[in-house]
Amino acid sequence: MAGTFAFAESRNGELRKVGFEAVTAARQAADASGGGDVHALIVGAPGIAAQADALGRYGADNVVVVEHAALERYSPEVVAATAAERIRSGQYRAAFFSASAQGRDLAPRVAAQLGVTLASDVIAFELQGDDVLAQHPAYTGKVIVTLRLTGVPAVLSLRPGALTAVEQPRSARIEQAAPAVDPASARVVVTELLQQTATKLDLGEAPVIVSGGRGLRAAEHFKLVEDLAAAFGNAAVGATRAVTDDGWRPATDQIGQTGRLVSPDLYVAVGISGAIQHLAGMRTAKTIVAINKDKDAPIFKVADYGIVGDLFEIMPRLTDEVRKARGSR
Amino acid sequence: MKRVPDMELRFAIAPDRKSLEPSGLKYDMSDFDGYALEVALRLVEKSGAGEVVLISLGPDGVQETLRKGLAIGAARAVHLQAADVPVDGFAVAHALAAELRGGGYDLILFGRMATDTASGTVGPMVAELLGLPCVTAISQLDVAEGSGTARRDLEGAAEMVRFPMPAVLSIDEGIARPRLATLKGIMAAKKKPLEVKPAALGEARLTVEAMALPAERSGPRFLGEGSDAVPELVQRLRTEAKVL
Ligand SMILES: Cc1cc2nc3c(=O)[nH]c(=O)nc-3n(C[C@H](O)[C@H](O)[C@H](O)COP(=O)(O)OP(=O)(O)OC[C@H]3O[C@@H](n4cnc5c(N)ncnc54)[C@H](O)[C@@H]3O)c2cc1C
Repeated sequence: MAGTFAFAESRNGELRKVGFEAVTAARQAADASGGGDVHALIVGAPGIAAQADALGRYGADNVVVVEHAALERYSPEVVAATAAERIRSGQYRAAFFSASAQGRDLAPRVAAQLGVTLASDVIAFELQGDDVLAQHPAYTGKVIVTLRLTGVPAVLSLRPGALTAVEQPRSARIEQAAPAVDPASARVVVTELLQQTATKLDLGEAPVIVSGGRGLRAAEHFKLVEDLAAAFGNAAVGATRAVTDDGWRPATDQIGQTGRLVSPDLYVAVGISGAIQHLAGMRTAKTIVAINKDKDAPIFKVADYGIVGDLFEIMPRLTDEVRKARGSR
Repeated sequence: MKRVPDMELRFAIAPDRKSLEPSGLKYDMSDFDGYALEVALRLVEKSGAGEVVLISLGPDGVQETLRKGLAIGAARAVHLQAADVPVDGFAVAHALAAELRGGGYDLILFGRMATDTASGTVGPMVAELLGLPCVTAISQLDVAEGSGTARRDLEGAAEMVRFPMPAVLSIDEGIARPRLATLKGIMAAKKKPLEVKPAALGEARLTVEAMALPAERSGPRFLGEGSDAVPELVQRLRTEAKVL
């Protein structure tokens, strides 16, 4: 029996869904090694403790809350030192982070401070004796590599969305703790958070992503993509690099090898050819829909469902039907 | 900088089920490392002093990639020799940190991630081993008088970060368009120093157990042409994919 650790990521005082995914993974790992406790860590400004109960819902037995006025924004050095200290003292079998933008910054620092390596961007894992076998998409998603991770604790970062957060309520004990280092001593300081997505859900959080490519022909036609996202109600808008390069959408919307690597439940590709650099960012989505006028477009090779045709004709009807389907539930 | 296979190619798995079939692979500098090199060259040009040094770890083939970087404008290069590039980022970080320690560098630049493994772990691990401040995935950078500010793109947001130098930075694409090697640069590169040493790799605690091509999707299931196919799509999203 061994305990596990999960880092519960937050931004702007709000827990992020990827944190629940990390707790879900930690719960699975603890149960697989005989039912140890799951400890979760939240770091933020005073008040963030109010969200600790939510982590119990996903299976945390113990939530450590580190609150400090100087930790309103992510502080890489303070959070890394604090997480490393908790993991060191907890003697965990495994520690889970997200491979989100924040987690990709944090997890390697923590692993190095602990003197262990990291299996990063993991889409599935399994404990095997003292080792962990972790699957990781490599070579722009064209190859799935199974990695053997030895050493304790096993530190993993999980591709956002690859593991579905599952509720398994516990009444979590909540414990307050101080940051491991004085936030005033941090050398690297986040001075500003620029919020860009008007909609509440962003690419790291949304179960559904509706993504547009150059086939939309002009920035204003992204309204078609936004309307479909709104009809789903739980969708974020993504884009190809062709689109972000042309300034139709902000760079932070870009999906692909050089943008975000996502794994939503549903990915709808609208007017996207399916270049390998784009596929690298989305081919692990659970269900992929492609709408393209060219039946030979490479996007169809990774799609579960395809409609061949003019997106300008298809999108309004699709938006309408999705709205109706949701309305009639 | 890391030498990686050309991602446009078709990959086949070798009979050992844990490596790529080597025949037909072509290699080049990882994309993000090209951006890091461009940033380094611009910083040196702007300050009017200093030099850009390249370090690459791997088999002898990496010397070709280092020569390319020298042709683009770096002053000298170091090849840390290893039979292959381990997937264990911490092992690689050990070897790089051993080489970088005491090097007196103002900035140590990495790409945001290597395009083959997409892990992005080596840069921040090197920073920890050297005790240096670190900012990852930088899409805009401003450096002046021993400190800098950087922008990092997040999901649907971005953050501005301040850091002191010396520091370790990892560079996102798009920050600056990489220049190409000129003929003159290619000629000059032949005479630039390229030092070869064994890599002091740490113990590998992350290894490749198996490689496989991704499971084929049952599709593509073409549901038809034009908006007439929409009702069936919605029906299937509801009953098969269960996302509605
Ligand atoms: C180093 C490097 C890194 C890169 N990184 C990324 C990355 O991270 N993300 C990324 O997305 N790209 C990336 N790219 C770019 C990538 O190679 C492609 O150029 C890009 O993805 C193409 O975008 P697109 O699909 O929107 O445009 P296009 O390839 O131009 O495709 C447009 C598609 O729209 C269809 N279409 C046109 N009109 C209609 C219509 N009326 N109805 C229906 N369909 C229509 C066309 O048939 C076509 O398939 C990268 C490239 C390089 C070299």
